[in-house]
Amino acid sequence: MALPADQDITMNIKTLDSADPLIIAGKSYGSRLLTGTGKYKDFDETRRATQAAGAEIVTLAIRRVNIGQDASQPNLLDALPPEEFTLLPNTAGCYNAVDAVRTCKLARELLDGHKLVKLEVLGDQRTLFPDVVETLKAAETLVADGFDVMVYTSDDPILAKRLEEIGCVAVMPLAAPIGSGLGIQNRYNLLEIIENAKVPIIVDAGVGTASDAAIAMELGCDGVLMNTAIAGARDPLLMAHAMKLAIQAGRAAFKAGRIPRKRFASASSPIDGTIG
Amino acid sequence: MWRVGSRYNTGMHITLNGSPRDCAPATTVAQLLQEAGYGTRRVAVEVNHEIVPRSLHISHALAEGDQVEIVHAIGGG
Repeated sequence: MALPADQDITMNIKTLDSADPLIIAGKSYGSRLLTGTGKYKDFDETRRATQAAGAEIVTLAIRRVNIGQDASQPNLLDALPPEEFTLLPNTAGCYNAVDAVRTCKLARELLDGHKLVKLEVLGDQRTLFPDVVETLKAAETLVADGFDVMVYTSDDPILAKRLEEIGCVAVMPLAAPIGSGLGIQNRYNLLEIIENAKVPIIVDAGVGTASDAAIAMELGCDGVLMNTAIAGARDPLLMAHAMKLAIQAGRAAFKAGRIPRKRFASASSPIDGTIG
Repeated sequence: MWRVGSRYNTGMHITLNGSPRDCAPATTVAQLLQEAGYGTRRVAVEVNHEIVPRSLHISHALAEGDQVEIVHAIGGG
């Protein structure tokens, strides 16, 4: 039997990212790890962690400037230039559809007509769970207005389908509450969402460590979006690296096809020819 | 000079990012940005919940009672 040369395998792994792109709103991305830019020590750490993660799509928030205080301060867009990264402005902090739509319009103006947005309409401050009614309303308005909407939602398969039908370019169910680090709480719901989807499904929120990200990818998610798990780690750069590897490993395992789970053992060595 | 909280002018009163502010009558968006120190910064402006595109900053004159929002991008998840 011909064995694949080591270099062939290495080549396959190297080309996996480019041969298996994540496509969102018609644009191809080599990386399936999307990262947030909040909670870092400074913009330098933000940039280095983003690079260590290999992220191409990065989220950012839209906020009032502090009049009289920060006009000369460095700008996030200097650290993460729009020419280098696909910026994904979010509507974090919005608790109704009207504010979320306003925020997206401000982002589009700020970023010179940029259409890709992350819609999140929150329900309450304790859980930061999405307000799905307001999310649906905002998604309809934004899609009609020409935005490419990546939408944060609960892990409800019916709702995910509705958001896809409205025209969202990616549906992003939570794994667990934002910033909780609890990992994938309902993998069967995620599986149901993934199997029924025609748009990319990206786990957004709740990942705590590398194995959580790998599980999401092994389930067949198209990508994972995370912020706190990296920015809040003791060593954010090392965790960014770990997450990059986890996403790649999980994706490769998904593509490779895992063995079925069995209750009893199955010997790895042949039984024939044993001595005695 | 027209400043926040100025007690002695008879100018125009607007709300800027949620706080009251006085400025000269018919101040344009471009002038307001300049005065606030954001003349050359990448920001987006909304007046009374409507976007004022960058190309119109120079011509859009503010009016008494206008609600102005100036926003920028910051880190977020």
